[in-house]
Amino acid sequence: MKTEEMILNMGPQHPSTHGVLRLELVLDGEVVHDVKPHIGYLHRCMEKHSEAMTYSQVVPYTDRMDYLASMYNNFGYVTAVEKLMDIKVSERVEYIRVIMGELQRIASHLVALGTFGLDLGAFTPFLYLFRDREKILDLFEITCGARLLYNYMWVGGLSHDIHPDFIRKTKEFINYFRPTIVELNNLLTFNKIFIERTANIGICPAKEAINLGLSGPNLRGSGVKFDLRKDDTYSIYNRFDFDIPVGQGLVGTVGDCWDRYYVRVQEVEQSLRIIEQAIDQIPDGDVKKEIPRRVKPPVGTVYHRVEAPKGELGYFIVSDGSVNPARVKVRAPSFVSLSALGQMAKGYLVADVVAILGSLDIVLGEIDR
Amino acid sequence: MIKNYFKNTWEGLYTILVGMKITWKHLFVPAVTLQYPEERAKLPERARNRLFLNYNDCIGCMQCATACPVNCIDIETVKGIPTDMPSETSKGQKKALWVTKFDIDTAKCCFCQLCVYPCPTEAIYMTDIYEYSEFDRDSLVYNFASLTQAEVKEKQENFDKFQAEKEAQKEAAAKAKAEADAKKAAEDKAKLEAKPSDDEIKE
Amino acid sequence: MQNYLIEIFGSEIVAYILSTVPVLAFIVIFVLFAVWLERKVSAHMQDRLGPMRVGWHGVLQTVADFIKLLQKEDIIADANDKALFNIAPYVVFVATLVTYTMLPFTSIFIGSNADVGIFFVLAFSGAVVAGILMAGWASNNKYSLYGSLRSAAQIVSYEIPTALVVLTMIMVYGTMSLGEITIAQTSQFWNWGIFGGPVLGIGKILLVPFMFVAFLILFISTLAESNRTPFDLPESESELVAGFNTEYSGIKFSMFFLSEFANMFLIGSVLVIFFFGGYNSPFGYLGNLLGVEWLVPIEQLFWFLAKGMFFVFVDMWLRWTLPRVRVDQLMTICWKYLIPYAFFNLLIVGLILLI
Repeated sequence: MKTEEMILNMGPQHPSTHGVLRLELVLDGEVVHDVKPHIGYLHRCMEKHSEAMTYSQVVPYTDRMDYLASMYNNFGYVTAVEKLMDIKVSERVEYIRVIMGELQRIASHLVALGTFGLDLGAFTPFLYLFRDREKILDLFEITCGARLLYNYMWVGGLSHDIHPDFIRKTKEFINYFRPTIVELNNLLTFNKIFIERTANIGICPAKEAINLGLSGPNLRGSGVKFDLRKDDTYSIYNRFDFDIPVGQGLVGTVGDCWDRYYVRVQEVEQSLRIIEQAIDQIPDGDVKKEIPRRVKPPVGTVYHRVEAPKGELGYFIVSDGSVNPARVKVRAPSFVSLSALGQMAKGYLVADVVAILGSLDIVLGEIDR
Repeated sequence: MIKNYFKNTWEGLYTILVGMKITWKHLFVPAVTLQYPEERAKLPERARNRLFLNYNDCIGCMQCATACPVNCIDIETVKGIPTDMPSETSKGQKKALWVTKFDIDTAKCCFCQLCVYPCPTEAIYMTDIYEYSEFDRDSLVYNFASLTQAEVKEKQENFDKFQAEKEAQKEAAAKAKAEADAKKAAEDKAKLEAKPSDDEIKE
Repeated sequence: MQNYLIEIFGSEIVAYILSTVPVLAFIVIFVLFAVWLERKVSAHMQDRLGPMRVGWHGVLQTVADFIKLLQKEDIIADANDKALFNIAPYVVFVATLVTYTMLPFTSIFIGSNADVGIFFVLAFSGAVVAGILMAGWASNNKYSLYGSLRSAAQIVSYEIPTALVVLTMIMVYGTMSLGEITIAQTSQFWNWGIFGGPVLGIGKILLVPFMFVAFLILFISTLAESNRTPFDLPESESELVAGFNTEYSGIKFSMFFLSEFANMFLIGSVLVIFFFGGYNSPFGYLGNLLGVEWLVPIEQLFWFLAKGMFFVFVDMWLRWTLPRVRVDQLMTICWKYLIPYAFFNLLIVGLILLI
């Protein structure tokens, strides 16, 4: 009996694709032969806009790329420009940036874990994690006034100094949040049905992960111990003591969806450790002292990469000596992860494509910019 | 194999019961949501929502308009004349310009706060009002300049007149100077020509 | 009850027609209540409040939703097979409704005290497959087709463990009629099915663990029969938009909805009748104590509904706790786990009964 391949469209409007993404699945019955992503539905010409703006006006544009982790986008951009201009920021600014970055990492991972459960049909962990994320957003709100798109880190410093209540509230949050991770593990991570849905699915061996260019939790889930915070240190991360969780194939093979998921859960715990250490050591100082009057870098280029929650976020900035950058190119980690989807999803069922896409944790704002 | 079979069965039942216990406990946790619009969350002091301009404090320096990344602020100014100067700001600074148009298109505003910092008089700032939706997009353009059309025209005319007068004065002064110069040159020339008579008397 | 009504009206036909009215009314009221309860239970489990504005704490929300659904435009695409498309929801609803005639609500009210009680219920639970297949095919939509085929496979496979456990219980009770089974569990609660039922002597104590296993197997397989999470692939929102429901709107959609909730109560009551004593109270009747005869059936109705609602509540509890299983894992659970367990259970219970 001759059968044909069926082309199924998981269209731009779909409850499970994380943003406006069109996936063209080439199927044989229920088995996937190929996945072709079609992107561009959220393209907003951010990089072209940046050429008409001054360097400090680009910062709100970088916020809106990966809108679930805006602090880290800001962080990458301003550290790149500071590298180009050779500005050394004060210690207080560095500490606050690290604390905000790690809080943002927790918030971004909570969304990733929650929506992953939602894709698989577990409705409640999503709401529990969002309730905890609201507490982090409250911390950001008392500091800079916004809940999602902050424009907080400026070239040479920060837009606001931290609020007097911030340290106390962060400590309260840490104490409140540790039991929640235990609850999440009991409810979802070690649930037999969840394990059945995600173990041994979307296996990406270490060598293939490196070849595909994956980074961040996706790469670490495949067993490769590589983290930019330790291997290519930036800011003051070398002063803190934290581990790099790596996928070990606890319930299944190394590099499957469960490993990537569990690496994110463990990273949340490690971020709490960093925040605990940093929050007690903040020195005094003025956060706006090194902000230059006019950001006018010398002629040159710079490429700077940071460990964003989704992976390696890189900024390539070309300056021609004027107040507008000549080119701002962003290397978005979700773009690379999405391109790896085709390779990872071959041979699995349609329901698994949803699981694999959820475990890769992509954000369309970053892919399309 | 057989052991795996029974292990799977047991794990399946046990983890489900553990999960059920968690959701059962959450059944008795009070709700974390607020019944909007009867109850509203209190915004912190640094909350940044709708923009507001204190028109009397604005000196028309245009720093906020240049700082805005989306060009949502539109400012036009007219220079004041000595007999009709704008009043001072609330902090006592003198103003030299009439701000005839100050439009903020709040539909475009991205709430980035970059306009608040450059303002020398702290005239523009972000309030905590977030419920300002309208039915018509044009009504989201807020006009903060409180001069009427007639007044704006008057100020422009004043300035033009003043400018024209100044020009006329300058021209008149230049002309007078030119005449004075010519007269002086003629006098000098006359003096020079009158001099050789001394030589003639000598001889 | 039929005899009573025949006395009043003098005509058999009128009596029989009238005795279906309470059942229909019950289903409609039950669905209104159950949808509200589901939304409230899910909300409180997720630390939020659920519907609060329509009526006191949202009790009239379902009424408002149904009124909205009823006045929606009935969309029928051109390429749909019109006859099948129109009939499918009604087939599903009628199949579920018909099984309600076999349930003994109280000792004097049972729709039809036929001898084939549970067999009839099982047969018509399977008849919904026809309706779902019709719905999926006539929608002319790849997603709907997928959803309905999965659902058909699911329902047909899970009929087998259900039937095996039902056979076990028939062996224990010796009759297929649901009314008789309930009567066999009267007086105190240690006569209930899960504690061994009407078996006497040492067999009763030996039976208890196997009755418990039988209860679990029946619970899981009837959950799968009615397409509830964790087995709700046919309507899995995140994968297939809405499965075979995608193309339906208005009255027809509400028919599918109604039949799902009616099915939930049906399986709850089947579990209650087999294992938990049907309409019998665990302690004794207040009516008997006080000497008021006509209070007893009302109490029985109360107990029956309470026990049934408890299982409906457990269904909802599970729905909001567990993720979904995949299609091949669903089949694995059925064929590799439930059927062997049910089969061995059957054998061992048979052996015990012989002793």
